[in-house]
Amino acid sequence: MNVQFRPEPSASVSVKTAIADCDIHPARATKDELYPFMAKRWHAHLETYGIQAYHGMMEGPPYPKAQPNASRRDAWPPEGGPQGSSLSFMQKQLLDPYNVALGVLNPLASGQGLRNQDFAGALCVAINDWQIEKWTSKDTRLKASIVVPTEDGAAAAAEIRRRAGDKNFVQVLLLSRNVEPLGQRRYWPIYEAAQEIGLPVGVHAFGFGGNPLTPSGWPSFYIEEMVGHAQCQQTVLASLVLEGVFERYPKLKMVMIEAGFGWAPSLGWRLDKNFERLHSEVPHLKRKPSEYIRDHVWWTTQPMEDPERREHLFQVIEWIGWDKLLFATDYPHWDFDEPSRVLPAGVSDANREAFYLGNAKKLYGIS
Amino acid sequence: MVRHVIAPVEELPPGTRKFLTIDERPIAIFNIKGEFFGLLNRCPHQGAALCEGPLIGLAQSSDPGEIEYTKLGEIIRCPWHGWEFDIRTGQSYCDPRRFRARAYPVNVEPGSAVVKGPYVAETLAVSVESDYVVVDL
Ligand code: FES
Repeated sequence: MNVQFRPEPSASVSVKTAIADCDIHPARATKDELYPFMAKRWHAHLETYGIQAYHGMMEGPPYPKAQPNASRRDAWPPEGGPQGSSLSFMQKQLLDPYNVALGVLNPLASGQGLRNQDFAGALCVAINDWQIEKWTSKDTRLKASIVVPTEDGAAAAAEIRRRAGDKNFVQVLLLSRNVEPLGQRRYWPIYEAAQEIGLPVGVHAFGFGGNPLTPSGWPSFYIEEMVGHAQCQQTVLASLVLEGVFERYPKLKMVMIEAGFGWAPSLGWRLDKNFERLHSEVPHLKRKPSEYIRDHVWWTTQPMEDPERREHLFQVIEWIGWDKLLFATDYPHWDFDEPSRVLPAGVSDANREAFYLGNAKKLYGIS
Repeated sequence: MVRHVIAPVEELPPGTRKFLTIDERPIAIFNIKGEFFGLLNRCPHQGAALCEGPLIGLAQSSDPGEIEYTKLGEIIRCPWHGWEFDIRTGQSYCDPRRFRARAYPVNVEPGSAVVKGPYVAETLAVSVESDYVVVDL
């Protein structure tokens, strides 16, 4: 009833210089879109039993979302289907007007974190094949992330190795909420395989691991989930550092996706301070925790930190390094960052270029 | 201030909105229960097409547990980050002092007045029988 005459979809501002968008969420137009990539046995399984995540007998995420599919309301494709499910509309609304030279796809409803490990594995393989078929082979600006059945380290590693050398893929994708913190040994085969094939591992906010979002239980509101992602990602990062993942896999590169970066310095300071006193507990660490973080971790920008005073933003970035930030919009989700509006004035041309494009091209090996 | 004729009143019944571009500015005109309002169709936050959002009410609370829901159908919620604006005034509710959406006065005028005036008709043949929606920019 609300919208009577819909204007042509368009970006509000067109962006002249090329950018990378390191967090784009492709969606399936229909439930059976994955069937060509899955054995018949799994079609029947899906139809009979559905999808069971660790968080209980329900489908979908455990918190409500502010907008349908947590997406921009202007992002429904004209031909139907959910937001993010149409390549031509994505080109028209995102890739062309914002001059996206590199777009990294991060499928979220992916089979990661399902209780049935065989089914999780089959879904992940299907999604990886589908990303090539529907997206990366049709638009060379787009690159895919390898989704893996996270809780089954061996199967996840096998899927990563299966994609070795395939230029359609530029990273391995995990989610932040899993059965255990991501530094634990059950996940090490993933890091070993990723290091071996030379791809960074992205950790995107969200997940289906069954634990409450916060250490003090399940909060009431979606807004608590939105800020809780940062706390969750801190746990992930502390675990990766303290379990010795970076010591064990010295070439591993991690990307923290969609959980902010303003908290990075304080986590680093806190870890370092405790490490001075408690290093005998974690003698496998050879360096200060903050050094692992600064050497091994990249950060996507959306949701871009927005302090009252821009100097504070620049101070945080100085701690992290201007070479470690990767611009992202989070299209088609509702908290989309508009590229021309997120970075305040006062940034040198070299840092600006690195922020919007250079860092991503380097990390993801795009010439 | 220049006045622009938007449409005959019958073309914009209650509950509908119309998008148009006037002097290169994207504008949306709303008919809310017979009253007409105009807004710049660009969100002051990050520039989304603001008027594509849903019309909602305003949830306010004097004390935790007490919720008042008023202005039903008079608040537009941006399709991107959900900032809320009063379509009567353009006032924002997230940060009223720093952000406001540009609101334009909209009136209904009889056709006879419209054809006589120095008005610019938008893509429609003006006839004198009906009333017209007119916006001041
Ligand atoms: S662009 Fe409208 S709320 Fe952000």
